[in-house]
Amino acid sequence: MSTLLHAQGISKSFGGLKALQNCSLTVEKGKVNGLIGPNGSGKTTLFNVITGYVTPDEGSVTFEGADITGARPDKVFALGIGRTFQLTRIFARISVLENMLIATQHNESWVKGLIRSKSTKSEVDNAMALLDFVGITRLANLQAGALSYGQRKLLELAYVLVSDPDVILLDEPAGGVNLTLINNIAEKIRLLNQQGKTFLIVEHNMEFVMGVCDQVTVMHQGSSLTSGTPSEVRQDPRVLDAYLGGGDDDDDDDLREAVANV
Amino acid sequence: MTLVKKNLGWVVFFAALALFPLVVTNPFYTSIGVYSLLFMAAATSWNMFSGYSGYIALGSAVFFGVGAYTEALLSIHWHVPANGDLFWLVPLGGVIATLFAVPIGWISLRVRRHTFVVITIAVFFIFQLSAINFSFTGGSSGLALPFITWTATDFNNPFYYAGLILVIFITLVSAFVRRSRFGLQLLAIRDDEDRAMGLGVKVTAIKITGFTMSAFAIGCAGAIYAMFQGQIYPQFVFDPTFDVSVALMVFLGGIGTLAGPLLGGLVLESAQQYLTATYSNNSLYLLLFGALFLIVIMFMPQGVVPFVRDKFTKRGELERAAVAANDVSSPSGMTSGTPTEVTA
Repeated sequence: MSTLLHAQGISKSFGGLKALQNCSLTVEKGKVNGLIGPNGSGKTTLFNVITGYVTPDEGSVTFEGADITGARPDKVFALGIGRTFQLTRIFARISVLENMLIATQHNESWVKGLIRSKSTKSEVDNAMALLDFVGITRLANLQAGALSYGQRKLLELAYVLVSDPDVILLDEPAGGVNLTLINNIAEKIRLLNQQGKTFLIVEHNMEFVMGVCDQVTVMHQGSSLTSGTPSEVRQDPRVLDAYLGGGDDDDDDDLREAVANV
Repeated sequence: MTLVKKNLGWVVFFAALALFPLVVTNPFYTSIGVYSLLFMAAATSWNMFSGYSGYIALGSAVFFGVGAYTEALLSIHWHVPANGDLFWLVPLGGVIATLFAVPIGWISLRVRRHTFVVITIAVFFIFQLSAINFSFTGGSSGLALPFITWTATDFNNPFYYAGLILVIFITLVSAFVRRSRFGLQLLAIRDDEDRAMGLGVKVTAIKITGFTMSAFAIGCAGAIYAMFQGQIYPQFVFDPTFDVSVALMVFLGGIGTLAGPLLGGLVLESAQQYLTATYSNNSLYLLLFGALFLIVIMFMPQGVVPFVRDKFTKRGELERAAVAANDVSSPSGMTSGTPTEVTA
């Protein structure tokens, strides 16, 4: 398997806090790559560095062999890297369908947007097909702010798919949603992966990670600790230490259990 | 024809505005009409950027003033005859205001929200002070435009129709923007700028373009105002209450809507002009405005137009149903597929 996305030796400090220290990550093409680690270990910061929201102090990010370190988010997206956010972010005061249409302009000049209408028929058809894929077609004409949290998660996944990105970064796709929806999202990820999409997923739900990921990287205190298949990773004593050593981190109860029960 | 049918409300509205000075010939009322139209145009134009993008600019009086001074300076220096020819300078006032908007937008749009508001106010005062202190602007005594010698009964009508053309023009532009991809991107910026960036929206370019576009009609309104007054003073064309008025008109009518700024501009400006002229007591209209705003904020905080739309249309009904059902977290489409077990 070839490397699609590679972060090498990334360091980033916010004031005195070293969020990332010499962190490296490889995303294999065509695989579902997992990224786990205790809260505060730098997973989201690494996402932000990759997608251009945060400029790293040191290190480089390459995508399909090209250096994209420090590129702006819109540029990164246009290259084919889509992402979702941990706290789901949708456009609340426009319709669900309009949400879906925002990403359609990723590869055209912004000047063209001045003279063309919001959408073409094929763009609307494509948007509706994707809404159908995640199962929220009937909500298309509603204002997106009326959607529930779970529906927002599905919408955020769908509108990233509009631009047909090569790799999709999901920040806690199973966070804060019920079991039925978790299974539903896992199924969508598998289906998309079969169609050739590459994923990088940050997730705390270990069952979910073990179920969908081909490859897992573990982060601890801003660095990548280890990387391997899910079964390799959970037998690694350092991983147990990273989670159990955290002590005061109540959010990871289920993690601790899941890892320790193996 | 279907286009007319579909927009029958709009056609009737603009037809009524066009007929107004033919029915009501009293110059007292037609002059109120001129001011109202100028503010309707300015409010619509302001809404086209600030309403769609959420960037509340409080320095639009800069463009109004630049338009007014452009009209005054060009008519004086080019010795334009004091008749209808003066109207040819109006678009130039808009163009010069637009040119000024480029650097102002480029600087002020580097920051967001509250900081942006403060920067636009600061820029406004720089312009006001410059107009007061430079000699080419006539300093604090302002500038006198070529004196138009139309009779009192006919005087207002050319200004009224110039204002109406401007209102129709900017309403069409604003409607077009709302339906364009550019407008969708402005709305995306309003709802979540960072997220929009992550979906490929070139936010800086989009914001500066929107800001610049909104300056044009405000500049034109300033130019018409200068002609109508015949004499301009820096403290009246670069007027901080202009900014506040325009913003309040849009908030009252409904920010981000097409009809809202027109309604707000029409109601507030005509009420203000009428009350000031009739009772010659400046504080009375403020009292009434205060009461009006209290009512609007308490009962329809989104503004009049969105309130009416949500209350009485099908779309509003659907949304209320969805909000009511919000605690059901799984969408209907989900149960149709067989949920697969995630096995470790």
